[in-house]
Amino acid sequence: MASPVSVSDVLIIGGGLMGTSAALFLRQRGRSVTLLESDLVGRQASGTNFGNVRRQGRPIHQLPLANRAIAIWRRANELLGADVEYLQSGHIRVCYRERPENIAKMEEYAAEARHVGLDLELLTGNALRARFPFFGPDVLAGSYSALDGHANPRLTAPAFARAAQRAGAQVFENTRIIHAAKQGTDFVVTAEDGRTFRAPVLLITAGAWGNKLSQQFGEPVPLTPRGPNMSVTEPVPYAIAPAVGVMTPVEEETVYFRQVARGNIILGGSTRGPSYPDQYRAYVLPQNTMKQLRQIRRLAPALANLNIIRVWTGIEGYLPDSLPVMGRSATTSGLFYAFGFSGSGFQIGPGVGETMAELIDTGTTPIDLSHYDIARFRRSA
Amino acid sequence: MADRELTPRIVVVGAGPAGVRAAQTLLEAGIRPVVIDEAARAGGQIYRRQPTNFRRSHEALYGTEAARAQAVHDGFDAIAATVDYRPDTLVWNIADGQVWTASERGYATLAYDALILCTGATDRLMPVKGWHYAGAYSLGAAQVALKAQACAIGARVVFMGSGPLLYLVASQYVKAGAKVAAVLDTSPLSNRLRAAVDLIAQPGILADGVALTRALAKAGVPVLTGVTPLEITGNAENGVNGVRVRLANGTERDFAADAVALGYHLRPETQLADLARCDFAFDAKTRQWLPKRDQDGRASVAGVYLAGDGARILGARSAEVSGRLAALAALADLGHKVDPLTLVHLRRQVASYARFARGLATAFPWPHEQAANLPDEAIVCRCEAVTAGDLRRVVNETGAKEANRAKAFSRVGMGRCQGRYCGHAGAEVIAACANIPVEQVGRLRGQAPVKPLPVAIAPEGEE
Repeated sequence: MASPVSVSDVLIIGGGLMGTSAALFLRQRGRSVTLLESDLVGRQASGTNFGNVRRQGRPIHQLPLANRAIAIWRRANELLGADVEYLQSGHIRVCYRERPENIAKMEEYAAEARHVGLDLELLTGNALRARFPFFGPDVLAGSYSALDGHANPRLTAPAFARAAQRAGAQVFENTRIIHAAKQGTDFVVTAEDGRTFRAPVLLITAGAWGNKLSQQFGEPVPLTPRGPNMSVTEPVPYAIAPAVGVMTPVEEETVYFRQVARGNIILGGSTRGPSYPDQYRAYVLPQNTMKQLRQIRRLAPALANLNIIRVWTGIEGYLPDSLPVMGRSATTSGLFYAFGFSGSGFQIGPGVGETMAELIDTGTTPIDLSHYDIARFRRSA
Repeated sequence: MADRELTPRIVVVGAGPAGVRAAQTLLEAGIRPVVIDEAARAGGQIYRRQPTNFRRSHEALYGTEAARAQAVHDGFDAIAATVDYRPDTLVWNIADGQVWTASERGYATLAYDALILCTGATDRLMPVKGWHYAGAYSLGAAQVALKAQACAIGARVVFMGSGPLLYLVASQYVKAGAKVAAVLDTSPLSNRLRAAVDLIAQPGILADGVALTRALAKAGVPVLTGVTPLEITGNAENGVNGVRVRLANGTERDFAADAVALGYHLRPETQLADLARCDFAFDAKTRQWLPKRDQDGRASVAGVYLAGDGARILGARSAEVSGRLAALAALADLGHKVDPLTLVHLRRQVASYARFARGLATAFPWPHEQAANLPDEAIVCRCEAVTAGDLRRVVNETGAKEANRAKAFSRVGMGRCQGRYCGHAGAEVIAACANIPVEQVGRLRGQAPVKPLPVAIAPEGEE
């Protein structure tokens, strides 16, 4: 067999936000790292998502991880030496009149979140409209998080990759891994073009492609590729500080928007579209764009005065319980996973990288990963 | 006309010379097509019609092309009531065998058995420092002002760029009584001699072109060739006050003007072909990506056909022929009998126009080297105000050398025009900065909507 291109302490497959941030934090811990990306870093789920840096709405058990991430977001520009357009300008989650029971749910969530360091303010009626006059008449109440915000996904993972490189990580783009196995004490992974890479630790952060690798270690997971439904308006004067989202059990109603400093308003949500990991393509379905615009008009009627200039999507991996696979392999020592973030990995991404680096480096982490254990799919998959 | 069938449904997008001739050809075969056009009146850009309350003659509007314009207009007027004609309607997306339209009435979908894209062209633009000032127009826009609104873009206009349209629009301005300060062509005169071997393929058009140049000279308009644009001078408050160029002999010269019309020939509007998932290939002669199509206009996707300048810049006359050919190709593929001799005859005509177009590309090349020399402060992407320096910084600091990657990092091509006007120049700036061939930079992926779409849009018939 040809000698490997690289031998390092840790091999990471998948150059999204999870993989690139893990690479940087592993380097900060003095581990040598090789990061393998099949395309370009941060191009799919990490680069095409909405850009919400929100903690609220996440499962309560995930908030310690989200808090760890927000500390990194706050120093991201300095850490990365690049502006990732992080704005800690607030996040508001609203519910509609036809589901008043959501107010009680918001209150309950806020009470629990407070114990985990997330302060939420419940706003209704005139108080809500005085602060956020853009909401439509269907909006009943809102839960406001002053210390959440948003950032630019297109810039973030590539900035982590460059920072990791400067810190000494080796990053190989356009490197499609077709085979991964443990030989003795080392993992040997092979690219489509025959190059091999070797390390005693392997971290798989391959998003929608994660299952292709995990199943090579006897751990298939029921991962479904989908794509976010995104649109952006022309730029208008900056006026909307918080990222805004709807709390509802109905997927079609789940829309969100945020205004970037440049002035464009990014619209996201409603029905997600299909994506095709094998072809590296995802398509926005026009009917989904139309559903999204209808829901946006309901949420904030004044946005109807704008035009959308572009739509986009990418390739995201979803798991049936909307929770990621994160932690150790159940079959193979030295193997770790962090993938399948099911459309809600952006905010926690840097925290995931730091946590995985900690787990790999020290063998333990204070973050509770029990909900994300890959073994939960042992029977179903 | 009751015997003409709506099935199979053939959708023609665009009612310029290609779309009109395609629609006529389909009707002749007994099929009633749907003709969707963004404009209020058929004719396309080249034969754009004036508003209904204007009364200028075809001769006044179209000069040497009056008879052709008249024929296309009359041709369409004769079938407008028979085809399913949808003016003022934008096709903003294509997916799963349906076109998605938008108009004042809202949005609608329309399934097709065959789709003939006759989407036309827009100006091909190379940035120059100062081109974002008020008073800087594209050549096409300068012509639209004249044709549609009967007004000039300024009191003293410089025409700068290259290509036949430069001379055509300048002479139309002279004829309309506007003051043309100068015609500044970036192409050296010697190129035209080298191009003669191909230009002779269309002696009539060539003679018209020579006559235009003579008419400009006769009107006392300075016509300079081999010019290098340096700057459109002016300021944010008052707009353009002139242009500065380097002449062929190396000296710099200023021309006073309150408006500039810029353009380097045309580029096809290929976003719909892209959304229909057609394959593209790089055309080395014109340094741009074009949708693949066979000699009759079949795209790489079954059921999609490309005609006119939206496929290749071969000119309006060729568009009439390629529109017919694409319609015949669609008919043949749908099982209609098509006369093979007609095909041979039409293909031969297109080949002749293609040879002439090759000559034009030799005579008036896209001055890609200007992108390398563009000063850092010059704006490349006007929608997003991204300068050449911004773009070069992204290339150098992040290593982004692919068009979409550089767009993601720099915002070049991310604005209202979606890279239609800055995409080619942006790719040249990246290529020069990264020292790689421009084809390696790739092309911006087309994304819906083709033009800005109101958030307010609802289904047709609702509210």
